[in-house]
Amino acid sequence: MSTLRVEGVTVRFGEVTAVDDVTLTVEPGVTGLIGPNGAGKTTLFDVISGLRKPTAGRVVLDDLDITAKGPHQRSRLGVARTFQRLEVFGSLTVWENVVVALESRRRSVKLADELLGRVGIADFAGNQADTVPTGAARLLELARALATDPSLLLLDEPSSGLDRAETDAFGELLRQLSAEGRSVVLVEHDMDLVMGYCDRVHVLNLGRLLVSGTPDAVRAHEGVREAYLG
Amino acid sequence: MTALLAYTIFGLVTGGAYAVVAGGLVLTYSTSKVFNVGHGAIGMVMAFLYWELAENRGLPQWLALLLVVGVCAPLFGLVVERFIMRRLAGAPVGITLVAGVGVLVGLIGVAQVVWPPQARPVRPFLDQLGVHIGQSFVSGHDLVTLVCAVLVAGGLYVVLNRTRTGLAMRACVDAPELASLYGTRPARLSALSWAIGSALAALGGILLTPVVQLDYVTMTLLVITAYTAALVGRLRSLPWTFAGALGLGLVQSYAVAYLPSSPFWISFRAAIPALLLFVVLLAMPQSPLRIGGVRGTRGLAVPNGLTTGVGAGLFLGVVAVLALLVDSVVAGQLALALVFGIVLLSMVLLTGYGGVVSLGQFTFVGVGAVTVARLGSPSPLTLLVGAGVAAVVGALIALTALRVSGLYLALATLGFAQLMDKLVLQSPIAFGVRGSLQVPRLVESATGQLLLAAGTFTLVGIGVLAIRRGRLGRRMIAVKDSSAACATLGLNVRWIRVWVFSLSAAIAGLAGGLFAQLRETVAASDFQLFNNLPLLLFAVIAGVTSVSGALLGGVLLMLLPVLQSGFPAFAGVAVVLLGVAAAGLARDPNGLVSWGFRAWSWRRA
Repeated sequence: MSTLRVEGVTVRFGEVTAVDDVTLTVEPGVTGLIGPNGAGKTTLFDVISGLRKPTAGRVVLDDLDITAKGPHQRSRLGVARTFQRLEVFGSLTVWENVVVALESRRRSVKLADELLGRVGIADFAGNQADTVPTGAARLLELARALATDPSLLLLDEPSSGLDRAETDAFGELLRQLSAEGRSVVLVEHDMDLVMGYCDRVHVLNLGRLLVSGTPDAVRAHEGVREAYLG
Repeated sequence: MTALLAYTIFGLVTGGAYAVVAGGLVLTYSTSKVFNVGHGAIGMVMAFLYWELAENRGLPQWLALLLVVGVCAPLFGLVVERFIMRRLAGAPVGITLVAGVGVLVGLIGVAQVVWPPQARPVRPFLDQLGVHIGQSFVSGHDLVTLVCAVLVAGGLYVVLNRTRTGLAMRACVDAPELASLYGTRPARLSALSWAIGSALAALGGILLTPVVQLDYVTMTLLVITAYTAALVGRLRSLPWTFAGALGLGLVQSYAVAYLPSSPFWISFRAAIPALLLFVVLLAMPQSPLRIGGVRGTRGLAVPNGLTTGVGAGLFLGVVAVLALLVDSVVAGQLALALVFGIVLLSMVLLTGYGGVVSLGQFTFVGVGAVTVARLGSPSPLTLLVGAGVAAVVGALIALTALRVSGLYLALATLGFAQLMDKLVLQSPIAFGVRGSLQVPRLVESATGQLLLAAGTFTLVGIGVLAIRRGRLGRRMIAVKDSSAACATLGLNVRWIRVWVFSLSAAIAGLAGGLFAQLRETVAASDFQLFNNLPLLLFAVIAGVTSVSGALLGGVLLMLLPVLQSGFPAFAGVAVVLLGVAAAGLARDPNGLVSWGFRAWSWRRA
């Protein structure tokens, strides 16, 4: 059960400001992070997971300032993520992908089959990871992140590539993860998924935080509609 | 004051020639994204060709220069681009590098066949001209060099920044598909840049001949200096590249003038380009963990414990039978092949599994050999000490060089190899003033040596496969495929890389110890910088992802010098073929052995 605070985070790429002074809090439960393309969602994930240093601002996990810590140190503090552009270990099998993560946290290799079953890709266990369909590869990234037993889980567009039935199963999985006491942050374009399963939603637009609130409050917000419709 | 002026002028002149070479390198890299390791070799061959025309055939200097720089070099650039480099567009760094090494080794082969070793003086340009500036004399050749450098700098600037072609060239780097939508033809532009790049390599090479003499390897490796200059410009900026080249020329010139002339400082001077290469690399920002665009590689199937055991048994059986059948000369050669095989096993670990291309692996063999030779009587323990020393050196270099990755890392390993070459292996520190050391053998008979090498190869091979199947192997491959994902899973990517580098260096060092006691006399000439390049080439051609590839590569490496002494012309042709094969095979790192495996599985199916 982790609480994450992002305080005044700004990321600039040369002249472009991708994330502009964003402050938000992630409480236990499922939190949605939405916004049009280019809003800065993935960049913010990079900052939280430690892959990118912010130009300004702090990242605080359970009252511990982790801004200066590297990604592997943050992982050991319970942060895990998946990637919008897939980052599976393509030369390894699906099973080995999960095993690498388990071994990294000194957990039993036997858990791999259980995790693959849990996300629903046990059938692919022996396949080389860059040969499986995109949807399965996304679920593999989820299984691999879960293998580190995270308290804060960042999911970057996990449902793209999944069909309707798979998406519903994925939604149920989100509920379970939340019930296990994990804080989940979901970057997602599937609004049914976001509105149906998130406890709280933050909306980013052009790098700035537009609004935070319950799904219903966000849905009713005038600026959100404008941001999406341009 | 006069001396300072003279050395400044001399430094600017050499720097100007470097700038011409480096400018060509940056041009080809920035328009085709292929870093041409063979750039210096093109300059070398073209300088030989210039000698042929101007000195041997008696053509006027200006005509010979025009023919070589204006016709032959651009044509050659077009051929290389069309038949090798274009097929590699978008390929990973390791593959393009190996193709470049193939071109390099092939060109050296050509040069050795066409122009057998002999002294080849080249007259400087305009040697009757020259001006006095204060009390220092600037020769006509120096003036020509300076003028050429200025013209090249200005010309490249104008072409890239003031013409439509230049704009299109720059657009193609970033997005060739997009640029082609707007009516440019990336293939044609890439060809153009290779033609100009080769011409500049030729011009630089010819300008440098009066300074460095015509020699196959020296001129080829002179481009390490050009790499350094190009890295100052981050392989993109021509103005910075030119500034870097001039700076290098000045530093080298002042070093000659003001450093003491004891043996150490003389070798130190020669190491300056490599040292600066390091400084430039260290000054670069830490390369970020790359995100996106992950592609797995198809390795050969990794044998399980049982298959490995059966394979090892079969291998040892065959070697034992051979040991009974062959005479001591052949036994010695087979032992040497297996020792080379162990070196290649170190590359299976580092390059095949870890995805790190090292252009300095033979240096660790040298470190192991020197350690064992210095320790005197070889025993299994001294061999392990040799491996240990190599491991420590490997870890140190990894800690420095692993800030950067991909191409920069490969160049750093080459810079490191040159540094070790000049400061240690080719200096009296390593092999004493006579340049060679005696090493008693661990086992006396050639048959015994063969069995020793076979036993070690088997053990190391089993070890490498066990690593691949185990935790470290999975981690290495994970780091190769996506270092970003590894980091977010809690793995310390940096330490895994250092560990792999060090382990691989240890294996190479072990092979070095075996090599030393097998040869009984080891000399500085056994560990020349150039040896690193055929090593990478053979590793990739035979197959850098499997133990059987390492075995085949070891045999080929052993055969090459045998061929060279027996049939020199044929060996030259063989080297050319190897170069071509590498360029062609570069896309398939599983190499020749994978064809054998494929045929085998096809037959069984």
